[in-house]
Amino acid sequence: MSLTQPVSVPAAVTTKLSVEHVSMVFERDGKSTHVLNDISLDVGDGEFVCLLGPSGCGKTTLLNAMAGFLSPTSGEIKVSGEVVRKPDPRRIFVFQERGVFPWLTVEGNIGFGLSKLPRLEREKRVAYYVKMVGLEGFEKTYPQELSGGMKQRLEVARALAVNPDMLLLDEPFGALDSITRLIMRGELLRIWEAERKTIVFVTHDIDEAVQLADRVVVMSARPATIQQIVNIDITHPRDISSPRYLELRDGIFQQIGLAHKV
Amino acid sequence: MQDESAARTTVRVRLRPIAFIAALLVLWSIGIRREPSHLLPGPWGVVGGIADLVRHGLLLKYVVASLFRVTWGFVLAVVLAIPLGLAVGWYRRAEMALNPILQILRPISPLAWIPIAILWFGVGDLAAIFLIFVGCFFPLMLTAINAVQSIPAVYVNAGRNFGLSSAALVYRVLYPAVVPNLIVGLRITLGIAWLVVVAAEMIAVSSGLGFLIIDARNAGNRYDLVLAGMLIIGVIGLLLDMGMRSLEKVKSFRWGYSED
Amino acid sequence: MNFLSEPRKWERFFWPILASALLLALWHYSVVWSGTKVFPSPREVLNGMGDLLRHHVLWRDIVDSLRRVAAGFGAAVVLGVPLGLTLGWYPAANQVVNPVMQLLRPISPIAWIPVAIIFFGVGDRAAMFLIFLGAFFPIVVACISGVSNVPSVFRRAGRNFGLTAPQLLAKVLLPAALPQILIGLRIALGIAWLVVVAAEMIAVDSGLGYLVIDSRNSGKRYDLVVAAILMIGVIGLVLDLAFRRLEKLRSVRWGFRFES
Repeated sequence: MSLTQPVSVPAAVTTKLSVEHVSMVFERDGKSTHVLNDISLDVGDGEFVCLLGPSGCGKTTLLNAMAGFLSPTSGEIKVSGEVVRKPDPRRIFVFQERGVFPWLTVEGNIGFGLSKLPRLEREKRVAYYVKMVGLEGFEKTYPQELSGGMKQRLEVARALAVNPDMLLLDEPFGALDSITRLIMRGELLRIWEAERKTIVFVTHDIDEAVQLADRVVVMSARPATIQQIVNIDITHPRDISSPRYLELRDGIFQQIGLAHKV
Repeated sequence: MQDESAARTTVRVRLRPIAFIAALLVLWSIGIRREPSHLLPGPWGVVGGIADLVRHGLLLKYVVASLFRVTWGFVLAVVLAIPLGLAVGWYRRAEMALNPILQILRPISPLAWIPIAILWFGVGDLAAIFLIFVGCFFPLMLTAINAVQSIPAVYVNAGRNFGLSSAALVYRVLYPAVVPNLIVGLRITLGIAWLVVVAAEMIAVSSGLGFLIIDARNAGNRYDLVLAGMLIIGVIGLLLDMGMRSLEKVKSFRWGYSED
Repeated sequence: MNFLSEPRKWERFFWPILASALLLALWHYSVVWSGTKVFPSPREVLNGMGDLLRHHVLWRDIVDSLRRVAAGFGAAVVLGVPLGLTLGWYPAANQVVNPVMQLLRPISPIAWIPVAIIFFGVGDRAAMFLIFLGAFFPIVVACISGVSNVPSVFRRAGRNFGLTAPQLLAKVLLPAALPQILIGLRIALGIAWLVVVAAEMIAVDSGLGYLVIDSRNSGKRYDLVVAAILMIGVIGLVLDLAFRRLEKLRSVRWGFRFES
């Protein structure tokens, strides 16, 4: 598979997000840092795609560009055919739980993007999403009093409440302990299957990528290019001991060049 | 090519505050010229005032007098308040005991102590130094207490873990850990000292920059000297602050700060 | 009792009371042993306070001082907060204005008295102007640093949800900066209290500061002097504590680390 040609999406699905030959160079104090090098990628509507790579490789930069927080130095990113120029509520970015607003309650946070709705409608939606992420009983609680996992759920609920087309998640479970992480992955999948949003998920955890994604985009170290795109053809729920899972996972291990034994 | 335009932008950016100050000075002169009978001078009048002071040898004399008092008052306060504050901060019961007293004495303007200062020291340098001492003592003590209490417990535990005696604990863990906070506190308190000395000199002594201001007005409405005095006060206060900030930058203290 | 063990609940009252009692005893015996005719003993101060209250003098002076603080501090908040928020939001604007502020800040408000008298005459207004000056700079500085310290995640999240610039300021930056702004306001209030006392000693003839200076000048009533000084401390403390309660409100609590 050529590394520089746009990778197309399976024919039956419409393309939601299209990254076309994007490169990103940062200038600082006269020094240039090449972070992304000619990245091309298509993401289909309702697809769950993981950007996988070592820390600092530029996958977060790519995600930020998709959200519109950064402009590519060259190349274009299009969502539903429109070029992405600035942040938009249709593409909500989920940070690592620290994006939750500490001065608002759970309800306040979830309702943050809903100020244009009439009050009754807003309250209904907030209640719905509180329930969906499993935070009933904590509506009037402030984030200070929530655990890391709960704060993460809050942030996802806040993102979903505005009914975006896409969710962009930047290592959202990175600050959680590994047990909570497993639980949260299940929750995310459950939510995804209920609402079928397009999701682009950044992680450095190979297992996480293989457990969650439809396709895993393996990225190299900086300057990042796409090394490989792996199609995870196992249906959910995925058995993490199944031979196919292990095969796909090991394939990626090898691709990244990691030793198989600790 | 890029360096050139970058350099040009930096120069332009640096000029902006200067342009702003120039604009203010122009507005000031225009305002004064509209009312020539006004007591306040224009910017040139102030410059003349400074020249006057220099000619009579008063500028240096007054600046030295003010700095002399500040130094003595500040240093005395540091020497007494910091060790005391560190000790009080270390022993919770001591802090509990003294805290209410400190909290009541802290909000009292040093100038309110003037009658007592004059009673004990008479009018003159000592009274002024005492006022500065009082103005610095409480903030410094509270800074020291706070600095000790902010030491993360992990540092103390690690010290104990490595079998440090109490004395070594103080010298090798406590002291380095509190230094960054102390230095910030010193800078802020020096600023307070500079405010107090000027105020104290307006009331209790007959030399110094504060005295200059009150005297210039009383003995003939020399507002050019008043404003000149204010300007010099501002400049010296700023220099003192910058001096302390450069102390904060000394490498061995820097671990306590993120980029400002 | 192990000096380093966790203090019990009753100790929170025991130690301060013990320390205060010791201090009062020390004070009392110093006065007795030194045979001073002028410096008051604790009891004399208490009587003096009773005196002031009985003649309704104290109440009126307290009200006058508080009134001036309210006006000067209020003006500083109304003008300083928007300015500080703007300067924090537009670093370019801050860069232009900052040198002027750094120059004016070290000038004690008291040094402005002659200028204040020109514009406002002797009396209340001049005092309020001085208080305004004292409170203004800390408030502006706190707002600038509050806004610029808002983590960029919050700004980005706000933009992500489609907020316009004014909405971003009102719904994200202001609430996020509020804890730091509140700290600045509290400190500025403390400064306002110091300035009012000092201003009253020089430029007006009512208020607690005036009471201090007048008690000495008209009869060497040092018992009243000390009584007034203590009142100043107590009221200043009350103002500070009242303000700290604001910091406990749920929507700003998150920004503070409270002792358990």
